[in-house]
Amino acid sequence: MLWSYTKTTAFYALVLVIVVISVFPFYYAILTSFKSGTALFQVDYWPTSFSWDNYISVFSQGAFPRNLLNSVFVATTTVLLALFLAVTAAFALSRVRFRGRSLLLMTILGVSMFPQIAVLAGLFEVIRALGIYNTPWALIFSYTIFTLPFTVWVLTTFMRELPIEIEEAAIVDGATPWVIITRVFLPLMWPALVTTGLLAFIGAWNEFLFALTFTSSNLTRTVPVAIALLSGGSQYEIPWGIIMAASVIVTVPLVVLVLVFQRKIVSGLTAGGVKG
Amino acid sequence: MSSETIVPPAVVLAKPIKSELLSQRVAAARWFLIPMLVALAIVAGWPLLRSIYFSFTDASLTDLYNAKFVGFKNYISWTTLKSGRTIYSGLLVDPVWWNAVWNTLRFAVVSVFFEAVLGMIVALVLNAEFKGRSIVRAAILIPWAIPTIVSAKMWAWMLNDQFGILNDLGLRLGLLSEKVAWTAQPDTAMTAVLIVDVWKTTPFMALLVLAGLQMIPKDIYEAAEIDGVHPVKQFFRITLPLVRPALMVAIIFRLLDAMRIFDLIYVLTPNSSATKTMSVVARENLFDFDKFAYGSAQSTLLFLIIAVMTALYIWLGRVRFDGGDR
Repeated sequence: MLWSYTKTTAFYALVLVIVVISVFPFYYAILTSFKSGTALFQVDYWPTSFSWDNYISVFSQGAFPRNLLNSVFVATTTVLLALFLAVTAAFALSRVRFRGRSLLLMTILGVSMFPQIAVLAGLFEVIRALGIYNTPWALIFSYTIFTLPFTVWVLTTFMRELPIEIEEAAIVDGATPWVIITRVFLPLMWPALVTTGLLAFIGAWNEFLFALTFTSSNLTRTVPVAIALLSGGSQYEIPWGIIMAASVIVTVPLVVLVLVFQRKIVSGLTAGGVKG
Repeated sequence: MSSETIVPPAVVLAKPIKSELLSQRVAAARWFLIPMLVALAIVAGWPLLRSIYFSFTDASLTDLYNAKFVGFKNYISWTTLKSGRTIYSGLLVDPVWWNAVWNTLRFAVVSVFFEAVLGMIVALVLNAEFKGRSIVRAAILIPWAIPTIVSAKMWAWMLNDQFGILNDLGLRLGLLSEKVAWTAQPDTAMTAVLIVDVWKTTPFMALLVLAGLQMIPKDIYEAAEIDGVHPVKQFFRITLPLVRPALMVAIIFRLLDAMRIFDLIYVLTPNSSATKTMSVVARENLFDFDKFAYGSAQSTLLFLIIAVMTALYIWLGRVRFDGGDR
């Protein structure tokens, strides 16, 4: 009896530790973002003071609102582009037998493992040649390297599971492959599209290396770069309150999305991760 | 009689229709694949080839097009002095590069080790039935959802030497005797990076392992229970062997990811040679030090290392596929 009590207590203690460690840094960032002045440099474990100062300065100083817009635009466009290219490709890779299919799938999987740095020099040249350096298009262009293989791979695994009977019925009715995709499969694929789209969106929203390299002015940066480069009057004067406010603004939409779509994201991650 | 005249044409017709349909589908498939393949060729294939090409030239950031081919000079070259001494130069004898290689390997192995162990523990907890499981699952998704740059900044603030909460906590609990400048000191910088990375990526590992755990049939445990097998023994004899394929794939996947780490280190411990990884030094050379060709050589080497590991991953993945467990 005692032993079983100890076991239950130990288990819940472990659960508590996991939850606290997972949530605490974010909680502490929120706590810090509402402090201002000297309160910032007092270590507090619970909310003691409350002020909107940091949020006001994030939105009034510098280019942060513009950076936010850039991030939204870049991530949304990247995802739409990737999904558009991936749906048809996934149909071909999952429903049609042709020679070299598995080799092609392996190549796509390989590209998703690419270290970004390996293409950085070449991409820089291409982006300069296209004249899109320091524009959002440079990022939309370069992000395709990781969003496209990922979406193709996950949508292929999803389409493979769809029953063949649906497709056969459509073929008997004389539907072309294009009609099958747009009229038969797409309506069935909304859950998968939402999941992959969301994961690709998070990837594009969080990307740093390309965003740092292919943009060079305050107005074209995305939020991760803006946050990384936020600095105060001097090297020793890091504006922690403002950085935390900006961090909270960027993270809250993601956390809400992730919590709302929890189950879908977990299944999408395992499809994209374990299988590829 | 009439049926005899109808049947033969139907049989004759059936085959061409089917193969016509098939070839129509294959043709459509080709058209469907072309946009994706062209896109991947432009954003991945061509830039990769150009990067490799640049590594054999003397290209500089401001002058990409007049680059001259210099062979392996960026990788290794030597000159023999009049005294007979040979001086080697180039990437393969560059201590800064080998320091970065060592940092990357150390980071990858240690972080993935802790992520695997802790991810296993979290996955086992999530696999148990208890009240509030959905809350725990939601909570562990938070570190994963936070952008790397943001988590680097959050932890930089928590690890701050003067005002950081972790120093405060350590002093209060008596774990630290004095405040530590975690991210600035060479001997703790790597620890700081590891803490943040493990915090951020363990959830991912846990979810992958959890997916593997949930595929283990429950009746195996019931049988073990009846036979009176101790839970610890159950873990090592049943759970671990059965979850190993999923765990291995997750580990290799994470290793590949850890090998290319850039953002966390760039933001958390800038300019610390104790943590600079291959990606960090390569980008430095490419864009900050105006040694474009040299940086290209470094990224090419990193690509080769990761390509070998990827081949290994795909090979292992296929072994599992043929193993027929799915």
